[in-house]
Amino acid sequence: MRASFVFSEVITGLRRNVTMTIAMILTTAISLGMLGGGLLFVRTIDKMKVNYLDDVEVTVYLTEDISANDPGCTGDPCSSIRQALESNQAVESVVFENRAEAYERFKRIFEGQPELVELARPEALPASLHVKLFDPARSGVIVQEFSGQPGVDKVDDQNKFLERFLELLNAGRNGTFIIALIAALAAVLLIANTIQVSAYTRRTEVGIMRLVGATRWYTQLPFLLEACVAGVTGAILGIGGLIALKYIVLDRLLAATGGAIPGIELVEVLFPVAPVLLGVSILISAVTGYVTLRLYVRH
Amino acid sequence: MIRLDSVSKVYKTSTRPALEGVSVDVDKGEFVFLIGPSGSGKSTFLRLLLREETPTKGRVMVSNFDVAKMPRRKVPRLRQTIGCVFQDFRLLTNKTVAENVAFALEVIGKPKHTITKVVPEVLELVGLEGKADRMPNELSGGEQQRVAIARAFVNRPLVLLADEPTGNLDPDTSQDIMLLLERINRTGTTVLMATHDHSIVDSMRRRVVELHLGRVIRDDKRGVYGVGR
Repeated sequence: MRASFVFSEVITGLRRNVTMTIAMILTTAISLGMLGGGLLFVRTIDKMKVNYLDDVEVTVYLTEDISANDPGCTGDPCSSIRQALESNQAVESVVFENRAEAYERFKRIFEGQPELVELARPEALPASLHVKLFDPARSGVIVQEFSGQPGVDKVDDQNKFLERFLELLNAGRNGTFIIALIAALAAVLLIANTIQVSAYTRRTEVGIMRLVGATRWYTQLPFLLEACVAGVTGAILGIGGLIALKYIVLDRLLAATGGAIPGIELVEVLFPVAPVLLGVSILISAVTGYVTLRLYVRH
Repeated sequence: MIRLDSVSKVYKTSTRPALEGVSVDVDKGEFVFLIGPSGSGKSTFLRLLLREETPTKGRVMVSNFDVAKMPRRKVPRLRQTIGCVFQDFRLLTNKTVAENVAFALEVIGKPKHTITKVVPEVLELVGLEGKADRMPNELSGGEQQRVAIARAFVNRPLVLLADEPTGNLDPDTSQDIMLLLERINRTGTTVLMATHDHSIVDSMRRRVVELHLGRVIRDDKRGVYGVGR
């Protein structure tokens, strides 16, 4: 097979059909950019899970009676609650925090807002048992077992809050994937259409090629490569778009969350997202091209 | 070289067979006219040889190829042994004369040095030396047909199929084209030409196979267009 011949046919084809080529490249870029965005979402969610899940704990808030009268958790019912927690197989560790310690922590957390600290009184803060679990996802068992027990005011599960937050991110990821899918459908239809138009404008050439005994690869490879070149160009544009989006918008936006949502690094865009997008673009354009040629172009 | 054995072809859209029980044998190096009115089956005959169609019944052999039975992937090999010329020339208007001829070799993967050697030779054979860089629309009809013949012959096919090659040409030019086809035939290439052109058939006195409504009604060794004409 003569590469120079195939290559020149590809260039001619792309140039002859330039408006369609541009449309094909742009839709591919948008679709793959969205797909890349979705993948970055997934990555961010994973990072957040790693960051937070270790710190997630169940807090058992104790009643006013214990908070006021048992600063060392030595008497009943505080000590029996603590023992019950410690002997639970799901529990990794239990730390008691009395009213004074809770107040200290409160002051630490809100040291930037002295007016808030000034308003707060230690009496307003309950003593609590901070329970760390081996598997934070199984916090429901502890919540169920200890809610409503004597001496327990309420059981707070941080995991619930984190789950809600992650659900929000998951929804964002799903939305992105759905738009990516719709854009991909548009890209596939455009590729199919472009190849048909391309094959039609070159029907004389293809007819002659068939008659003089060119193989199917020779007649159809230029069309396939045309689709792939457009696909890869779209992928590169999509990746460029993601990098631009990171520097222009995301970096500032995520920094504003104060680290609650981890930032996106350039290496994460370059790997694994970029190779995935390139691979997907080649796969989609080649498969679409092949199927279109099989269905519409006679050999 | 070419053998059709009780070949019938029925198109799905037609009730009458395009060819019915056709048996024809053409030896290597023969020159054969395929004549008959429109709809007599000439084009179907040629398309079967190229495996553009497959017969409904019977056997088609070209050289060593069992045309109807061969797997699809081998069809390019068959077609590389057959050259084709048409009434409407079918040249690529955006390529020069030389590029048009070279195209036939490029697309079957011939190396560049072969192409640069062979193309000028074949252009000289068809009498187009000095016109290699012209575009097809700068040429007369006769010259365009010469380019098409050069393209069909450049890969030295065993068989040359010509479908009404003089249909768009005036009588003098047609005579020139026939001389060229004769010349190609003398190199050992089997030539099968479908035509309506009485005067050419009558003046050449070659083998004539006449089709009528899909059947062979005459096969004369040195025939004329119409019997008793």
